[in-house]
Amino acid sequence: MSKRKLKESNAESAECISQVQKILRERFCHPCAAGKLFGMEQQYRHLLELLKRTTVHGESNSALIIGPRGSGKTALLNHVLKDLREMNQVRENLLEVHLNGNCQFFMKNPFLPGLLQTNDKVALKEITRQLQLENVVGDKVFGSFAENLAFLLEALRKGDRTSSCPILFVLDEFDLFVHHKNQTLLYNLFDISQSAQTPVTVIGLTCRQDILELLEKRVKSRFSHRQIYLMNSFDFKQYIKIFKKQLSLPAEFPDETFAQKWNNNVQHLSEDKTVQDVLQNLFHHTKDLRSLHLLLMLAGSAVSVHHPLLTATDLQEASRQHSTDSKANIVHGLSVLEICLIIAMKHLNEVYDGEPFNFQMVYNEFQKFIQRKAHSMYNFEKPVVMKAFEHLLQLELVKPLERPSVRAQREYLLMKLLLDSSQIMDALQVYPNCPTDVKQWAASSLSWL
Amino acid sequence: MNTRQQSKLIYSWYGKRLSSDRKLRTSHYEGILITSESSKTETCIQLGDFILVEGVNADQPYVAQLVDLYEDGAQHKRAVVQWFCRLEEIPQNKRKLLKREISAQEVFFDQVLGYDTDIAAETIIKSTMVLPLHLGEELPIITLNKEQTFYVRQSWDGKCFKVLSLDTFSKLKEANKKRGVITNSSKAFIPSDILTPVKKETESVVRSATKPKNADMEIESKHSTSKSSLAKERHSQRVANNDIKTPTARKKLELNSPTRSKGRLLGCEVLGLLDDDYDAIAPFKPSATKRKVKFTSEISGSPPKIPCSNDKSKLTSETSECRQRSSDIILSPYTKVKDFSEKDNNLHEKDDILPLVGYQKPSSQIPVLTPRSRRTCAQKTSALIAEQISMLDEEDFLSSSDSSYSSSSEEEDDDDDMPCTPEKKPKSSRIFSTPNSSRKSAVHTPAKTLKKTVRFHITPRTPRNATPEIPRRIQAAQEPASVLEEARLRLHVSAIPESLPCREEEFQDIYNFVESKLIDGTGGCMYISGVPGTGKTATVHEVIRCLQQAAENEELPPFQFVEINGMKLTDPHQAYVQILEFLTGQKVTATHAAVLLAKLFSTPGPKRKTTVLIVDELDLLWTRKQNVMYNLFDWPTQKHSKLIILAIANTMDLPERIMMNRVASRLGLTRMSFQPYTYKQLQQIVSSRLKGVKAFEEDAVQLVSRKVAALSGDARRCLDICRRATEICELARQKRAPEIVRMAHVTEAIDEMFSSPYVNAIRNASLHEQIFLKAILAEFRRAGVEEATVQEIYRHYVALCRVEGLQSPTVSEIMAICSRLGACRLLLVEASNKYLHMRVRLNLSQDDVMYALREE
Repeated sequence: MSKRKLKESNAESAECISQVQKILRERFCHPCAAGKLFGMEQQYRHLLELLKRTTVHGESNSALIIGPRGSGKTALLNHVLKDLREMNQVRENLLEVHLNGNCQFFMKNPFLPGLLQTNDKVALKEITRQLQLENVVGDKVFGSFAENLAFLLEALRKGDRTSSCPILFVLDEFDLFVHHKNQTLLYNLFDISQSAQTPVTVIGLTCRQDILELLEKRVKSRFSHRQIYLMNSFDFKQYIKIFKKQLSLPAEFPDETFAQKWNNNVQHLSEDKTVQDVLQNLFHHTKDLRSLHLLLMLAGSAVSVHHPLLTATDLQEASRQHSTDSKANIVHGLSVLEICLIIAMKHLNEVYDGEPFNFQMVYNEFQKFIQRKAHSMYNFEKPVVMKAFEHLLQLELVKPLERPSVRAQREYLLMKLLLDSSQIMDALQVYPNCPTDVKQWAASSLSWL
Repeated sequence: MNTRQQSKLIYSWYGKRLSSDRKLRTSHYEGILITSESSKTETCIQLGDFILVEGVNADQPYVAQLVDLYEDGAQHKRAVVQWFCRLEEIPQNKRKLLKREISAQEVFFDQVLGYDTDIAAETIIKSTMVLPLHLGEELPIITLNKEQTFYVRQSWDGKCFKVLSLDTFSKLKEANKKRGVITNSSKAFIPSDILTPVKKETESVVRSATKPKNADMEIESKHSTSKSSLAKERHSQRVANNDIKTPTARKKLELNSPTRSKGRLLGCEVLGLLDDDYDAIAPFKPSATKRKVKFTSEISGSPPKIPCSNDKSKLTSETSECRQRSSDIILSPYTKVKDFSEKDNNLHEKDDILPLVGYQKPSSQIPVLTPRSRRTCAQKTSALIAEQISMLDEEDFLSSSDSSYSSSSEEEDDDDDMPCTPEKKPKSSRIFSTPNSSRKSAVHTPAKTLKKTVRFHITPRTPRNATPEIPRRIQAAQEPASVLEEARLRLHVSAIPESLPCREEEFQDIYNFVESKLIDGTGGCMYISGVPGTGKTATVHEVIRCLQQAAENEELPPFQFVEINGMKLTDPHQAYVQILEFLTGQKVTATHAAVLLAKLFSTPGPKRKTTVLIVDELDLLWTRKQNVMYNLFDWPTQKHSKLIILAIANTMDLPERIMMNRVASRLGLTRMSFQPYTYKQLQQIVSSRLKGVKAFEEDAVQLVSRKVAALSGDARRCLDICRRATEICELARQKRAPEIVRMAHVTEAIDEMFSSPYVNAIRNASLHEQIFLKAILAEFRRAGVEEATVQEIYRHYVALCRVEGLQSPTVSEIMAICSRLGACRLLLVEASNKYLHMRVRLNLSQDDVMYALREE
């Protein structure tokens, strides 16, 4: 009987846990869609007012949203657009065009797939397509670049403030549009926004602080110089609050008792000293919320049926994973011979003050060690050492100064070590079964004397 | 090339001298003989005849009645004419005065005074027919020579349409009658003659006695229609003679007027020439015999392509091969045709559809039918396959139907048979209407697609007739409710003020310049420079607006206004295309447009108005050879160009800096530079816009003006700041109490726009990012060089962390910090694959960084 009860509660909690995981995943992976805004009320109001005026009064504008990566530029814009669409007078009165300057960066927008406008030609076709002008057949735009530009400009020129539907242009990765030839697209968009044509609002999103210096003087003059800066300007107390908000379960969670328990635990965690240390550390490194999400994601993945609530150690573990040195991790997996080569390179670096070296020098250094000091090391032949060296090359622990050419002998290619000596020493400390003489050699190149 | 000689025309007087004036040394004649040297034919045109005169647009020669012929003192043959104007020549906004549909063949008795009625006799192309009709009368159905006959119902005097007076009507009638009796070479002009198809053929031969070259061609390929080919030919000939600068012109022209090359290609000559001329001629030679020729050349020239669906079709090798060939032939010239049809897009748009059926119509079917019957066996099988495949993938099927639609619409257009249609278009489309849909898959045979053409004909989704338009908004835009909103609307840069304050002098200068040139009927250039936002374009537009007003009030001769903007062109050469499109409505390629424009501006145009051309952002029209700029500034210097150019750019010394000497010299020395606005002017601009609206404190406006004048003198910036200040004011006010913009609001707006983002960005950076910047400063100070590698900075960094009592971060974290700062462009960093050896620089001065870090 009691066993069955246990099973039932188990099943119930499994249900709860999967629910929790779903909620957290959604929060951390789709911050634009679901997340809340933190510390940007002023900017939110500014942008909302701006777009509202465009839609309601048909006023043309242009603005830039500038902030470091992960500061919530897209989230802010999406929030504003979502709220705008809910307004009565705005709905269906705004045409949106989303352009993305980047090839790799896809927009997470429910109604538009990722857009890849690498030059004005592609961007123009995309604009025409999204506006569904009359020269769009199906989903494609035909005709030459010149024709399309003339057509679009003609279309926009015909409109006027009171009768045409306002258009919102969102230029994601705005800095990449700046590099298009002559900045034709930007000039035209800004020019339209400054003349009595179809009302348009151009919103650019970028992380570059020097964006205005990149604009050509004519383009710059036409830009209306509204800059909305997102700076992550919150302090640690707010950071803790954000942490709590991001972790706690919403009131509409089905299992109330579990939600209660979970939320109490989160409250408890936020007051815990070790958790605060972990968060403080992260906060000192970076203030953007994406890294916090990543940390919580790592910690949250530890939650299971047998371990239903988050603990401070989960967070500590996650923080450790989060901040490990990637190159030092690679060193852990190397063979002793390869470690020896790295130590030889370290000594060369110290002797020659960071000048580049080649394989022959490394081999000679290694030979010296083998002949004078080593008791445990087997004297490998040169081709074997070469093989080990090439493995290091592949792992990008060493890097050739110039491209390897056919003529140059491989032994004499100049190389540089991509590890700092402190990294090597740290890695050696934790290297399993490291021979003592190697360790001693690492500590000092002169230890054999 | 003997083609030019072929159409060389000699003009000589016909009949005896009627009268002569000793004093003026003119002598009048009763007729003129146009002799074509090569074809040994003569056409006689007499006083009172209706004629076609070379015009701006080669496809649409002007229509006129010959009133007088004389030879002037310099032995030039001159003609005095009474003009008729086509619908296209009437301004767009006046056309609706007509309140009825106008066919392409209808012209208006021209009573506009501005046109020069004295023309050079050499511009006469040939005679034509103009039939006077009463207003209610239907167009008589004439199956023949439609393109040669015009109808006149009303007169046009530049303001309104009037019914023809009885006097003119009878005069015109008379002229027609007289003509019918005298000219024996133009029997074909007898109107309202119902002819049998057999007779038509003979008629067309008879008619073409005046131009036997064309007749040859017509007989040779019976289906083809020779439209106003003579005009076309002459036009292109003229172009070829005038413009030898562009080597491509000749080649282009051959394509455009293929009649000439066609005339030569007879019999076995064709075979020889086909190889090189294949592309050019193929689209125009659809007759059965020509097809045969192509067949042979195909086989010998290229190995037959294997259609992808070969494995599917269980055909005998013979039939499949046959099919292959046929599809090959059809496929190859397709692209060529498309080019042409695109060019002529605008023509399609303009024309009203005439319900008449041309005599060409039945014969146009012939080429389609002939090849069909010749490969019925292949066709049957392939039609079967096509059906299977179309069932397999509907998508492909649909897409091919799409393309077949475009071809069918072309066919429709052909039926209109307007004289303005260049002959290359209908011919090419007529042939390829069928096979061009088969490009998607070789299996779609002509027979199959022919059916589809009819079937899918209904879905009218062609992009080329698209009107550029943005959807209308659903709810009406709100009008400004409060004072601040009203002020904001007026302060928007797009708001057009009634007058431009502080630019009165410049305005007057430009106005006087253009006005004087307009009155003289000459051309000229003016170069206008000034930094952005000083009102160059606005002033020029204002000038044009005033001039247009004056022209409407008939204080000035009428003129055309064209504007191009270097920034709105994808390529400098597109400037030609846009100018030509504005002037004549033609859409052609850049090189062709350049040739046409050069011709237009270098030949005397009797009815042409002066053109005022604004070239904005001139510096972007720069090319390595500078031929665009050269041409633009060369045209106004031509005698008959009647072209006034106002070139606008930013830099004052642009002509000296980037232009070659020959370009700069043509630009001339009429220059004007717009100085940046002073603070008083800016203040005046803002307050003139705000006249009657009490929204700003006087001091606030002054503050903005002074600030902007000190920085750039850009009026746009000034207006933007004021606009932003109203927003801040609106946000700041609590109640509905009326509020005006005060100093505090303006200061906030200025701070927002001019503050450097860097300091703020550094202050809001995380602790480690700040330490990293400090480490950079330390390293710079140590090395004395403003560049360091991450490895060097790392050492300082670790030391600094120790001082602060922080745990020193790992190298990975350092790299992350470095790339974050690099993304914000606080630092300039190298590509990250160098890892620790990546070099780092500051993107702002060390003092700024120190200032930002010390504050805390």
